[in-house]
Amino acid sequence: MTHAYEVAITGIGLFSVLGRTPEHIAKALRLGRSGIVVDPERSALGFASPLTGLLPPSLDDPRIGRKQRKTMPDFAFHAAVAALDALEMCGLDTSDWRNDESGLVFGCDSSCLAAVDQVSVLQERGRTELIGSGAVFRSMTSSVTMNLNTLLGTRGACWTISSACSSGGHAVGQAFDLISSGRQERVLCGGAQEVNWQSMCGFDGLGAFSCRVDEPTRASRPFDKERDGLVPSGGAAALVLERLDIAKARGARIWGRVCGYGFSSDGEHISVPSVNGLARAGAKAIRQAGLTPADIDYVCAHATSTSAGDAAEAANILSLFSGSRPAVSSIKSMTGHELWMSGASQVAYCALMASECFTAPNANLENLDPAAQGLNVISEALGRPPRNVVCNAAGFGGTNSCLVLRF
Amino acid sequence: MTEIEIVDRINFVLAEEFEIDPDRMTPTALFKDDLGLDSLDAVDMVVVLEQEFKFKITKTEAYQAIRTLGDLHAFVLARRAEASGG
Repeated sequence: MTHAYEVAITGIGLFSVLGRTPEHIAKALRLGRSGIVVDPERSALGFASPLTGLLPPSLDDPRIGRKQRKTMPDFAFHAAVAALDALEMCGLDTSDWRNDESGLVFGCDSSCLAAVDQVSVLQERGRTELIGSGAVFRSMTSSVTMNLNTLLGTRGACWTISSACSSGGHAVGQAFDLISSGRQERVLCGGAQEVNWQSMCGFDGLGAFSCRVDEPTRASRPFDKERDGLVPSGGAAALVLERLDIAKARGARIWGRVCGYGFSSDGEHISVPSVNGLARAGAKAIRQAGLTPADIDYVCAHATSTSAGDAAEAANILSLFSGSRPAVSSIKSMTGHELWMSGASQVAYCALMASECFTAPNANLENLDPAAQGLNVISEALGRPPRNVVCNAAGFGGTNSCLVLRF
Repeated sequence: MTEIEIVDRINFVLAEEFEIDPDRMTPTALFKDDLGLDSLDAVDMVVVLEQEFKFKITKTEAYQAIRTLGDLHAFVLARRAEASGG
């Protein structure tokens, strides 16, 4: 690479358990408000935990027609709504996306309900011809990008990254790489996650979910000594990343910049994260951003509220920032674990914090876990915006994404 | 159902399924060129017609020859007549 272009964030869209509008979501983040509820159906079905994130209703959207909706599972619809919101915010018209320099990269790692549904319809109707035209498109993990490509008419990159709970992080990272290297001028990127019991039953069976049923809003408590597991959640996050010089030339509002992306994998256990994978990714990302660990003032942690995962991330953060103590919080304390979406939504949430001049708390932190001693985990919102941010995301199989943002 | 009622019903379910302005649903309307339907829509047309009229549509020559809405009306009326032994 002979020249690295700078990359701006010029649009944000969210379909979140914290709300639909940036204002609503920013308020929830500032107040540490939770989007977690009890779903009684899960108890009746034999789940160990009935806790889940609750999304706003999926009302029809006049921007998305019935034919387009046929090929979209709910999470792709949420992604499309978030994407169209991000596009409106960035001030580019859909016609500005119909060229080779505009692309799509999203993170997603399942479309379970659509696959289950097509089997049910076949069994009920007895012929594949009666399944309907949309099922095949709904049941692919790349459903988001294939649908957005059709909806927007983009002609550049168009693919979905599947890397478990780091999918969204790698999607933003790759979008950054594509622009930074000059291969695309703008990329609509993000992550999407289905929220239904069908996609979560196997995960529930691992005993990884919190069972703090009497206090749903306090169930997700990353880094807390009394944490007892994650809370599955989801929705969609979309970001418009754009070459900074082009964004400036057209007078776009610059929400912030993506300045570094590091990735690594553990090569160890399929579900237990290593003590150095995220730190290795973080070191690369910070170096690419032209910063040192001491320059980072906020770590938007991956921490999901599981015993092993949070302890491993604490070890990673402590080793990466051995000489400094950036503020640390996990948004999952409010949203629950947005899984495939989370690495991308963290970027959107951080941009909202920077815009509204606060740093979101690690909600529900009462007693810091001994494994996290030495970390500056903030239990209350800070009245200052994050400036130089590290966003962590880690997934099953030991795949790690680290993004550096500057506001 | 009378033939007129059946034709109205066909037009209604297709307008609903494919978001077509009812004014455009004339017997001479071509599915592809006038109503903007594609091969995926053809899959769903079979589904909605079978669900609505409770008969099985197989890819016979008569079915393959359908080009206009009027062709479809005639096809459905013929199938219903066959089913009732008329």
